[in-house]
Amino acid sequence: MISEQNKSKLRDNAWRVELREKIKTRERSQIKRVKMTEEDPCLRIKSNTEVNKGISLEEAITEARRCLDCINPLCVEGCPVGIDIPRFIKNIERNNIPEAIKVIKESNTFPAVCGRVCPQEVQCESKCNYVKMKKEPVAIGYLERFAADYELKNKLCYLPEINKSNNIKVAVIGSGPAGMSAAVDLAKAGYKVTVFEALHDYGGVLRYGIPEFRLPKSIINTEIRNMKQMGIEFVKNFIVGKTATINDLREEGYRAFFVGSGAGLPKFMNIPCENSNGILSSNEYLTRVNLMSAGNSKFDTPIMRGKKVAVIGGGNTAIDSVRTARRMGAERAIIIYRRSLNEMPARIEEIKHAQEEGIEFITLTNPIRYFSDEQGRVNRIMLQKIKLGEPDSSGRRSPIAIPCSEYELEIDLAIVSIGVSPNPIFIKSMQGLYTSKWGTIQVNDKTMQSNIDGIYAGGDIVRGGATVILAMGDGRKAAAAINEYILSTASFDF
Amino acid sequence: MNQILSKEYLSEKVVKLEIHAPWIAKNRRAGHFVIVKIGKTGERIPLTISSSDLEKGTITLIIQKVGVTSSKVANLEIGDKVTDLLGPLGMPANIEYFGTVLCSGGGVGVAPLFPVIKELKNKGNRVLTVLAARSKDLIILEKEIRSLSDEVIIMTDDGSYGQKGLVTKGLEYFINHENIDLSITIGPAVMMKFVSLLTKKHEIPTIASLNSIMVDGTGMCGACRVTVGGQTKFVCVDGPEFNAHEIEWDELLMRLNCYKEEENIANSITLE
Repeated sequence: MISEQNKSKLRDNAWRVELREKIKTRERSQIKRVKMTEEDPCLRIKSNTEVNKGISLEEAITEARRCLDCINPLCVEGCPVGIDIPRFIKNIERNNIPEAIKVIKESNTFPAVCGRVCPQEVQCESKCNYVKMKKEPVAIGYLERFAADYELKNKLCYLPEINKSNNIKVAVIGSGPAGMSAAVDLAKAGYKVTVFEALHDYGGVLRYGIPEFRLPKSIINTEIRNMKQMGIEFVKNFIVGKTATINDLREEGYRAFFVGSGAGLPKFMNIPCENSNGILSSNEYLTRVNLMSAGNSKFDTPIMRGKKVAVIGGGNTAIDSVRTARRMGAERAIIIYRRSLNEMPARIEEIKHAQEEGIEFITLTNPIRYFSDEQGRVNRIMLQKIKLGEPDSSGRRSPIAIPCSEYELEIDLAIVSIGVSPNPIFIKSMQGLYTSKWGTIQVNDKTMQSNIDGIYAGGDIVRGGATVILAMGDGRKAAAAINEYILSTASFDF
Repeated sequence: MNQILSKEYLSEKVVKLEIHAPWIAKNRRAGHFVIVKIGKTGERIPLTISSSDLEKGTITLIIQKVGVTSSKVANLEIGDKVTDLLGPLGMPANIEYFGTVLCSGGGVGVAPLFPVIKELKNKGNRVLTVLAARSKDLIILEKEIRSLSDEVIIMTDDGSYGQKGLVTKGLEYFINHENIDLSITIGPAVMMKFVSLLTKKHEIPTIASLNSIMVDGTGMCGACRVTVGGQTKFVCVDGPEFNAHEIEWDELLMRLNCYKEEENIANSITLE
């Protein structure tokens, strides 16, 4: 990574100074923020094609001109992995896209993923100087995605430089965003990295969770292929803690472990008749559609289709589920959320896309029970209205049920998307591992090291439920710490 | 890895496959299952491991052709590879010395019962077994079960072998003649429900091993959820064994029919 000092030195490069002076700040600030081209809502609900189409080179260069190349760029602070944002944007402005990609990749190996799924509006873009000026922030996310797509389209494939192999084996458990970023950094440092994946395909939540219309599988496939080219070994259908224990792997010569096994068990509300047929977790629904291609008649996995689908929850996963249900033929696809739209944790863009697709939002409402028909299939849901009380420990106003406000709604499918608890499999297999009261692995937040020698963890197994980019940041931190750990213990071996 | 090393027909529709899977063979215990997926377009289904051979690094699965996927597995030949094989999954069976244990296996459920009986004998239990099936050709592993059990009763629905009648008839005979400390039942859910009702009446603690619909098999999806003692449990990570008297059997039976419509369509297409 480039230090702060170096970043400001790089800002003084002649080309950048010249670029800054070419257009006046006033002129820059008058350019309107680029609009993302989107697939027509009427067409996209009948297909799985990506909704956001990306921006053109001309649009990207114009958008890049809006960036004021601030002396003290707060956007960088807003980025969980600290991408040198102004430097990559200024490279786009001078039409040196390959250099822009390289700048991003100094800090983030997977810009095509992050450019699509990061909540930029609460990270980098929220810190943009324009926000203070009551203007729309620079479209950093669109620009990141533009650079990444340019690389993919032109098959540039910038693999990072890899140190000479030191033949030391390190295991990465889980091939999701946390594991992917840890694996890349460890491979760069010269380690022999094996990624163990429990499912039959790689990418973790990027593959089973995030739908094609938001993150095309081809992008994940390319990233995995690139990682294999870097010498990273992938083993699928292998669940550490079951197929083999950490001790088994130590015997196989693995010296350190990064656990990125993700958030596992879906939560349910424990309300009456919740185990009726046609009520499933968003994890199950999305896994069937995304991982198992259940909607495609060529595939064996079945899917329950609903005409009137209720999705319980207000996070990105809930929105992904409801939009998937719409694409699977739902006439009414409804979000039921206990707070108001303002408190909804889902990205604003996803909510907007959902609204365009005809998704209904029933907010300030909570399910209290289901009903089912003779076959046990759900046919109604009882809802209760909610008002918001005082802010709770999370800072959000806590929901309070309004008495006698119950009413019923006819549905034939319900998808419960109210969060997940950590998967217990690895934790149960590892005696003595410290966990929190929520069942997540406890780590030192600087090194991501657990209380057990050589075992590091990050992503949702530590955070409970967070974003792709935070998981990736954890993976990088852990990789750096693993490197130090192995160097510090190496003397005993030689 | 995942290669079929031997194949044997136990009946027209029941096949025994020995699969090379050294890691699973090393770490499996009685009660564990695997998730199997055949081909790129296949679905993931759970199958209980019936035995393993550490030296050869193999596990044995016994499959009855009932649907599209079980037929795909059963149709694999020696030398073929199971595309995807994940395991061992679930909690191992909790087996110790209980005294006299009454085991019941129905249909292909006898396959997962076999390692349990083996382990029960290892721990010095007296084992009484009832094997039940619709007809003679669906009784499997009789020789193996007889060699391990102290006594065996065979029941067939049509009376084509052993005694005519349901599994509960055989169980009642043992219950009336012996002091039973524990009952273990593995088979179709409806059979286990009636076993459970019977043993509850006689106040015999009973364990049932469930085989529900699963996708990932690792706790991620919740398709396999079941109500036990008023609480929702996941068969894949909390089970597959539960206290039979606490299981909401009617809910379980209903949930097993979740995809009946889709399954019937798939079966009719495959048969065409």
